[in-house]
Amino acid sequence: MGAIIPAKETASIILEEGGNPLELCYQCGLCTGVCPWNQVRDFSLRKLIHRTQMGIIDFEDEDLWRCTNCYACVKRCPRGVEVPHIMRAMRRVIMEVGAGKAPESFRITVKNIASVGNPIGEPADKRMDWAKFLDVKTFTKSTEYLYFPCCYQAYDLGIQRVLRAAVYIMKKANVDFGIPNNNVVCCGESIRNGGAENLWHNLAETNIKALKELGAKKIVVTSPHCYLVFKNDYPELGGDFEVIHISQLLSDLIKEGKLKFTKPVNKRVTLHDTCCVGRREGIYDEPRFILNSIPGLELVEMRDSREYSLCCGGGCMGRIWMETKKGERFSDIRLGQALDTGAGTLSVYCPYCMLNFDDTVLVQDKGNEIEIKDILELASEALE
Amino acid sequence: MAKKKTTPNENTEPKIGVYVCHCGSNIAGTVDVPQVVEFVKELPAVTVAREYKFMCSDPGQGMIKDDIKNLKLNRVVVASCSPLLHEPTFRHAVQEAGINPYLFEMANIREQCAWTTVDHGEATEKAKALVSAAVKRVYYQQPLETREVPVNPSTLIVGGGIAGIQAALEIANAGYKVYLVEREPSIGGHMIQFDKTFPTLDCSACILTPKMTSAGSHPNIELMTYSEVEDVSGFIGNFKVKVRKKARFVDESKCNGCGMCIEKCPWKAASEFDQGLSQRKAIYTPFAQAVPNVPVIDKESCNYFLKGKCRACEKFCEREAIDFEQQDKIAEIDVGNIILTTGYDPFDPTPIVKYGYGKLPNVVTGLEFERICNSVGPTGGKIVLKDGTEPKSVAIIHCVGSRDENYHEYCSRVCCMYALKYSHLIKEKTEADVYQMYIDMRCFGKGYEEFYKRLSKEGVTFIRGKPAEVTDRAENDEEKGKLIVVGEDSLLGTIVRVPVDMVVLCIALEARADAKNVSQKFGISQGADGFFIERHPKLDPVATMTEGVFIAGCCQGPKDIPDTVAQASAAATRVLALINKGKVELEAAVAVIDEEKCSGCRICNMLCPYSAISFIEEEEVSRINDALCKGCGTCVAACPSAAITHKHFTTEEIMAEIEGVLA
Repeated sequence: MGAIIPAKETASIILEEGGNPLELCYQCGLCTGVCPWNQVRDFSLRKLIHRTQMGIIDFEDEDLWRCTNCYACVKRCPRGVEVPHIMRAMRRVIMEVGAGKAPESFRITVKNIASVGNPIGEPADKRMDWAKFLDVKTFTKSTEYLYFPCCYQAYDLGIQRVLRAAVYIMKKANVDFGIPNNNVVCCGESIRNGGAENLWHNLAETNIKALKELGAKKIVVTSPHCYLVFKNDYPELGGDFEVIHISQLLSDLIKEGKLKFTKPVNKRVTLHDTCCVGRREGIYDEPRFILNSIPGLELVEMRDSREYSLCCGGGCMGRIWMETKKGERFSDIRLGQALDTGAGTLSVYCPYCMLNFDDTVLVQDKGNEIEIKDILELASEALE
Repeated sequence: MAKKKTTPNENTEPKIGVYVCHCGSNIAGTVDVPQVVEFVKELPAVTVAREYKFMCSDPGQGMIKDDIKNLKLNRVVVASCSPLLHEPTFRHAVQEAGINPYLFEMANIREQCAWTTVDHGEATEKAKALVSAAVKRVYYQQPLETREVPVNPSTLIVGGGIAGIQAALEIANAGYKVYLVEREPSIGGHMIQFDKTFPTLDCSACILTPKMTSAGSHPNIELMTYSEVEDVSGFIGNFKVKVRKKARFVDESKCNGCGMCIEKCPWKAASEFDQGLSQRKAIYTPFAQAVPNVPVIDKESCNYFLKGKCRACEKFCEREAIDFEQQDKIAEIDVGNIILTTGYDPFDPTPIVKYGYGKLPNVVTGLEFERICNSVGPTGGKIVLKDGTEPKSVAIIHCVGSRDENYHEYCSRVCCMYALKYSHLIKEKTEADVYQMYIDMRCFGKGYEEFYKRLSKEGVTFIRGKPAEVTDRAENDEEKGKLIVVGEDSLLGTIVRVPVDMVVLCIALEARADAKNVSQKFGISQGADGFFIERHPKLDPVATMTEGVFIAGCCQGPKDIPDTVAQASAAATRVLALINKGKVELEAAVAVIDEEKCSGCRICNMLCPYSAISFIEEEEVSRINDALCKGCGTCVAACPSAAITHKHFTTEEIMAEIEGVLA
């Protein structure tokens, strides 16, 4: 034991890696109070930030890998400290400088993306196989929208149905869209936020080159993570595209009368707001508008909705690739909130939220009480 | 028009004296002063060029005066610091030696040269350019006269809280007339709403009402309550103000304040004074000790105005003072100075959804709690919950809306202290446990830290941490029926859940909702935080950039009563100084229109930010009021006929200056 000596050099390395929000924190502790981790264990986020300010960081600490980018702390912080940036900076020191080791499963993901451009580790040329029998055209310079599917949704048979629903709806609404060729790679959100900055730069440059070669101007995405990366991170590398989340596109199409729901879907549905496009980007109304436009569908709100929505446990920041102990899963709590509304359907609009809730339903054996559906699935049910 | 005074040497060829200052090592440490002096000697029309360690000192000034006398100089250039610092000094010096002060020019080779250039060679070259510019310019400068206008000894004070009352009494006691305008039916502001005041625990009403009565009955104070300023025009010493006296529907000259009308009125509305916690009648005085003690009828809740029936007040008034036909009146007053003491608004914490204000009962704001504690408040001074029972525990949350980028970045200065005060009052009146959730304890004033110590001894629990939420969702039996304050105790490093009966939110003080409107009306500025901007944050906190308009109290920024009173007295003193002087000197560097050239297009009229230009219909020309003109130059640049000259900034002078820099 004994007195702790501040290590300013360590602190300055964190600052150099993009952790400058660190300097603003005045240690009020509000972040700890709102961080969802405190609903499942003890986690003093404030203390971690202070230790980082002092440069006394244990790079082997599990806590450095907890952040899910849910933005609950950032939204309420009185100094506007962007905590995820600090977490990212520490992870960069671990991944790039080698100060520690990332969780095993995340390291596998990084290897996969580095070698074949997708986190699943499947061959790159099978990326668009999901669309093989769907009669979807490949994007060309004269196509209006480039539809960029999430890697996980593209490769995972369990959730591929969401992409099929998306395609179905866009065709019904006569949207002029095309899919990219196999030159594109993962958006890399979990890579960048997991600290593998150099790998991310390579990914981004590859993708931007591929997208520009295709002549893409407007990009429609189903994954909120692709949305964040393309919108916020690509411009600094020269990738200036107009990025649209599919809920925004559908919302506009409904308003313009180009998409009409004719078949009633008589379900009581509750909506889970995705942190990274909800709290972070303010997209709350569009998904609700779509659901409310479906005849027969009754939309009910969970007790913590919109900007107070509880994170599903994360997909962001690479959490989806990391193991979360039983009893510490936010999706368990969130499913409880969904069941409390009396809804038979929990609708989501993010592949990671879907995976987390699917897992919870399975583990808690709630398959008879509630189903997990993407908004796109419910929308396509209303179109047949 | 300005009168030309003949001074010696005025009509002869310019003979310029140039003085380059060392300013210790401030200038000489970077600029090669002797080299600059040698350079200057070669410039045309320069009679003498000297250097000295400190030009602003007595010997330095003496050097200038001697040269003027002996060498018959008629123009002077001093190359030294910023004119903001010493232009008046040197202008005064040359004037004493008999030269018109406008035949003097300064070259700033310190702030704009020595202090900002690293390379000595570059600095010296820049200094030469700046001095050369000043020399070339001063050659074309003309003597100008300043004008004096008298100062009206009456003063307008806007806002009748403690700041306005204090300032009014200071000026009135000095023997001068004050118009005190207040938009509520009574003076007293927010201070009269308080219960006890920190750190002495003086009863607020007890210390304020004597001042209110004084102000209400002072022969030199004309109280205009339930009134608002509509329009202001004019300039320092000579303002013309229109004040709208809103109709009270009660004749002030007849009413004797008996209160019968209030007693008999059957109609009610939420009491603004009690922050909505109680009701008042449609005809009302905001509180019992109102000054003036004349009621007001609120049209929005009076049944006669709404539906045409009742008039009970009129029936019972023995003095026949009720007048439903009364109209608003506009009073036009002339004053020499204006003091704004418009105060603050309390922050509404409804947007902070997680604290439950407006949803959870028994979550109250600081100002509401003041009314609860006050013996003539909605609960008769008893600290009780909405259901009338006494709380067994109270949590006080600091920094609600303050020190928070999402609402107000600034600290509201008084909340830590009033939080301590509430802790004391709760301990005095109830058996309740008190918890304070704070981030820092700011107890800076006289007796404040001692008050904090006193409270620590009264058994208050201090928890350091900004709460994440106030919730009624109980997680165990102990929490059932309580409000639970959830947050991290940062000193323990763990989340705490504190079950209490009542939560008091220490809300921010914010600028008045109509501060923008007021600032525009009086020609002053607001800061980014909404409060009015002082002329200098340290050295001139009660003056504004508009001469003759002063600010005092919370309208300048959140502060406690001692600081408010100090500022109010300071503003009053500034006004008294001007009244005592009796006259103001107007800047001579103003714009003037050559009426022969003016085409009457009126473009300048609309551009003038000081409304100094009017159009003379009969003569079809525009004319500048040189008392209002601030010499900003906008009209000069805009005039398509080049009919406007800017004295002391003529085209000739400016072009010469540019030539000097470029050479």
